[in-house]
Amino acid sequence: MTEITLEIVRQRAEADARTYGYYLNPDPQFLQSLLEGLKKNEERYGYPSCPCRLASGKFEFDRDILCPCDYRDPDVAEFGACYCALYVRKDIYEGKTELKPVPERRPLEKQARAYGAAASPTETKREPETVTTTKEEVQEVSDTKPKLWYCKQCGYVVFRDEPPYTCPICKAKKEMFTEIKTQIDFIG
Amino acid sequence: MQVSKVSGQKRQHKVVLYALSTCAWCKLTKQFLKDNDIEYEYVDVDLCEEEDKQKIRQHIQSKGGPLSYPTIIIDDNMLITGFRKDKLKEALGL
Repeated sequence: MTEITLEIVRQRAEADARTYGYYLNPDPQFLQSLLEGLKKNEERYGYPSCPCRLASGKFEFDRDILCPCDYRDPDVAEFGACYCALYVRKDIYEGKTELKPVPERRPLEKQARAYGAAASPTETKREPETVTTTKEEVQEVSDTKPKLWYCKQCGYVVFRDEPPYTCPICKAKKEMFTEIKTQIDFIG
Repeated sequence: MQVSKVSGQKRQHKVVLYALSTCAWCKLTKQFLKDNDIEYEYVDVDLCEEEDKQKIRQHIQSKGGPLSYPTIIIDDNMLITGFRKDKLKEALGL
């Protein structure tokens, strides 16, 4: 396995910012500390989860906070920066707009996954899925069954337990995603 | 739970900071408190055991806060989410 260096982390972030028309945080010290956080997370979890959010360490629970997270695009559009302020809009980069803390957009039930399996009883459970199988699975990760989803606006297809917050291709909202039902028949 | 204590000359408030070891905003908050000579305690939540994470979650939520970091609890009754200099200054009388 190739060693993760700060330079790799930086180059990856720079390339991603360029692709999407964003900028990296203009404060060199702040940026450095974010990149170090990303590096540390990649080293200890095996993937670069958001340095400013508590990760569970389980990939399937943290998928939405892998940097660049699912919430980056709507946050940069609305607040000028993503939650941790690694990615910023041009006006923030140029200092024309003041950078303020960005409120958490990630749903609470997803955040709760990082605090262990014993959820508090008052917590609202995720809505029951329409289960087609007859067997009821009571496994710990039974609520994360990946499915195929497609964006009705641009056709982007993704294999996840639920659709992304926004479509990474055309920026359509989550509601524009529909599940693709597949059926496999074994004959003979 | 690994609670780290940072000493300072200003001790009129009990300041508890819940932070993440990787979070840049948390680092700024620690620096701000230190620069202002505030005595405080902090916990890097990502380095805690599962059991302690649960306790921290309950503590933050019992004060009505969201599970965001940094979370600063002053005198066990006031909670500030995020690195908000203005609010910190007001609460700590700076």
